[in-house]
Amino acid sequence: MSDEELHSYFWELTQKIVAPLIAEARTHTTPSIERSVLLRMGFSSIDAKALVNRMHERRLLGHGAGRLVLELAKSKGIAVREAGVALLSGRYWEDLGR
Amino acid sequence: MKLAPDQKLDVREVLKDLARYRPRRKGWTWRTKIADHQVGPFVFKDTSENLEHSVPLPSAHDFGNIDPQCDFVITTEIASGRFEDDLRRMRMAAWHGADHIMVIRTTGQSHIDGLIEGTPEGVGGIPITRKQIRATRKALDAIEDEVGRPINFHSYVSGVAGPEIAVLFAEEGVNGAHQDPQYNVLYRGINMHRSFVDAAEAKRIMADAGILQLDGAHNANATAKEAWKVTPELFVQHAINTAYSRAVGMPAELIALSTVPPTAPPAPKLRLDLPYAVALRELFRGYKFRAQQNTRYIEADMMEATVTHVLDTLISRLTSADIQSTITPDEGRNIPWHYNNVAGVNTARQTLMGLDGVMELLALKQAGPLRDQAREVKERAVLFLEEILAGGGYYAAVAAGQFVDSGYFPERNGDGIVRHPDGGDGAGTVIPRAADYGAPVCSHFGDNVYTHEHGKPCDDYGGCTLCDPAEIQYIDELDADDNVETRLATPLAERTAGVLRPEVEKHGDGIVCVTLFVPASPDVAKAAALEMAKHMGLKDPEIISRRLMHPAEGSLFEIKGVLDVAVKIAALPMPAREEPLPEAEIEAWVRPRDIHVVAATVGEDEHSVGLHEILDIKHGGIEKYGFRCHDLGTSVPIARLLDVAQQTGARAVLISTIVTHAQVHEQHMRHLHALAQQRGMRQRVVLVAGGTQVTDELARECGMDAGFGRGTTGRDVASFLVRTLRAQESSWTKPLRGSFLSYLTQTW
Repeated sequence: MSDEELHSYFWELTQKIVAPLIAEARTHTTPSIERSVLLRMGFSSIDAKALVNRMHERRLLGHGAGRLVLELAKSKGIAVREAGVALLSGRYWEDLGR
Repeated sequence: MKLAPDQKLDVREVLKDLARYRPRRKGWTWRTKIADHQVGPFVFKDTSENLEHSVPLPSAHDFGNIDPQCDFVITTEIASGRFEDDLRRMRMAAWHGADHIMVIRTTGQSHIDGLIEGTPEGVGGIPITRKQIRATRKALDAIEDEVGRPINFHSYVSGVAGPEIAVLFAEEGVNGAHQDPQYNVLYRGINMHRSFVDAAEAKRIMADAGILQLDGAHNANATAKEAWKVTPELFVQHAINTAYSRAVGMPAELIALSTVPPTAPPAPKLRLDLPYAVALRELFRGYKFRAQQNTRYIEADMMEATVTHVLDTLISRLTSADIQSTITPDEGRNIPWHYNNVAGVNTARQTLMGLDGVMELLALKQAGPLRDQAREVKERAVLFLEEILAGGGYYAAVAAGQFVDSGYFPERNGDGIVRHPDGGDGAGTVIPRAADYGAPVCSHFGDNVYTHEHGKPCDDYGGCTLCDPAEIQYIDELDADDNVETRLATPLAERTAGVLRPEVEKHGDGIVCVTLFVPASPDVAKAAALEMAKHMGLKDPEIISRRLMHPAEGSLFEIKGVLDVAVKIAALPMPAREEPLPEAEIEAWVRPRDIHVVAATVGEDEHSVGLHEILDIKHGGIEKYGFRCHDLGTSVPIARLLDVAQQTGARAVLISTIVTHAQVHEQHMRHLHALAQQRGMRQRVVLVAGGTQVTDELARECGMDAGFGRGTTGRDVASFLVRTLRAQESSWTKPLRGSFLSYLTQTW
């Protein structure tokens, strides 16, 4: 095997190792990913953490924390942050994930 | 915020209006290489743009104070625990050529599930918070303006809050970050599913923000029992992180491999490390290389560490590097002291300037052991990859302890790090995305119902923080006691009171280091050294380095201790320092007067360089202002100088006296003064002495009009002569106003 062939084989094997890892990442999420989404939507780290913890307890994170908040805001005709604050005060939880 | 070179960095100014501060740019910046760069008397081959402000290498004063900058970015790592003290260290490092400032995180932040806020103090690094990195980036903006080169700010996207930290870094203009899920798995005990799923999101965010990624493979060097045997695995670790990053969408130019030459002398370092470095650069062509210096084999001896680091840097130049990272030479004995960051940076800077253009003269031999060894390590890495696949993939390989085994693969010693796929911090927190899963934000990786074909995922609500930074929520402080304001109380009060203390790490820590040799056997010498340190008034003395000179003749010790002394600036004896005259003013006064000066190195003394520096036009000496210099050479008797002074009508006699054995330099000065008096010339000639051990105070005490020590320039001496001669003329002319003839008679 030439050096170039060896290099190609090296990368081919690496791709095979990485493929299932990437597939898992594409189809799964974590509390940190969901908090990072809420941060990007304009929530503070404190609010993002509290919202994600409560969604995790209610097994709602599979829908995406950002989606839950955005769709709630749309359905209630309120701003995204307002929807988050309402959830933190205990309101609208029954409307989530429908 | 603007810095002035003669003013200290004002932390209060840094903290002002932080809530409204926005970074001026995002993404990484490389140095701009300049081909055939003329700097001073030399043409450089591997340099980049010069700095506006810097501290050149010590020998630069022999080369017109040039400070050429190499083409590699130079890194320094900072870990004091207090960001407000780190800022001063960053400024000092930048003045010595660092443009990649890596801030280490406090111990344990990897395990904090979420972001920290405020400015709490850390241990072995700072807690990475929005306020601390915002303040640091703001200070670095001012520092980069001061030195005249962009500075890359860097920290870590690891632990169980990687995606959030990546968002924070993208928002706040952090330019580089470590990101490698294998580091979480192997060294932080974080669940492997969680690490890889988080990493994909973090990498996507970093890629879009232009943040340069460093991987974590170098940690295997630092932890391996025999670091040169872990080389096949290092290729595997680099490859997994690189391929994973590419699959997420990170471009090759943002992927830097963190690579360390594995060994140190007395191992045959280059013979082992060079083929490995060559093989790595061949396998990973197209990616960036962050060349790190060796930490695995650093002991307490800073000179030994420095030599190893010079050899590491040599390997960078013989192969290639984009970033030359530096390790402080004291890392083997304590958390780095600030002046050792500067020492580390200078090791790289000095080495790289010394090696400038060397690859135009040298080439690595392609036939023979280099090629054979490079090929061998690649083949071993390929076998390693095959083993991972045969065993069921990456997670199974980690569970089987295949990583960081001390055997030279395929040899196995069964002592690798073992982690279980279902265990570790954050286990059970990886959640399948439902069919309606959505994340209405930019820089998101994976399945998402908000992947709009037109427009951005965040359009529905006016834009995410990556598009509209005004939406970022800034939290100032959460802890009333553990914050920068509390910590600043003492330093600011001491500054107002004009009080100074020594320091190595944090303001006023009082730590000093003394070096002493004790002529006794090791145990006796050690006890004696500590006792001596106590007599010096050092509190808590601790030996930080011990070097045996001979089992019976003695040992050398470096001892750190606290010097609990505060010095009042107002009470310091400060000799008035006179600024040299402008060059044009000197020349305008000297040239029309035809002033003769007689000079020589006196006694039995053959040193001539110092005097040439002061006299010769080509060294910037006083000749260039129009002084008529009579250099009589070396080992000249005092009487001869005065003979020539009389013959030429010289108005000044300059002696150089370097040899100081038995205080002979003092004798020369006294003799010159006495003989000039004896001959009735003393009032007419200005007597000046110079030499490495001469001070102005000593010279005047010995009858001279002035003395000049180390670092004196021709301009300093010319300024003194002009001021003195001008004053003489003025004193002569005052009582004789209107009588030009009398003036001439008085003068000669």
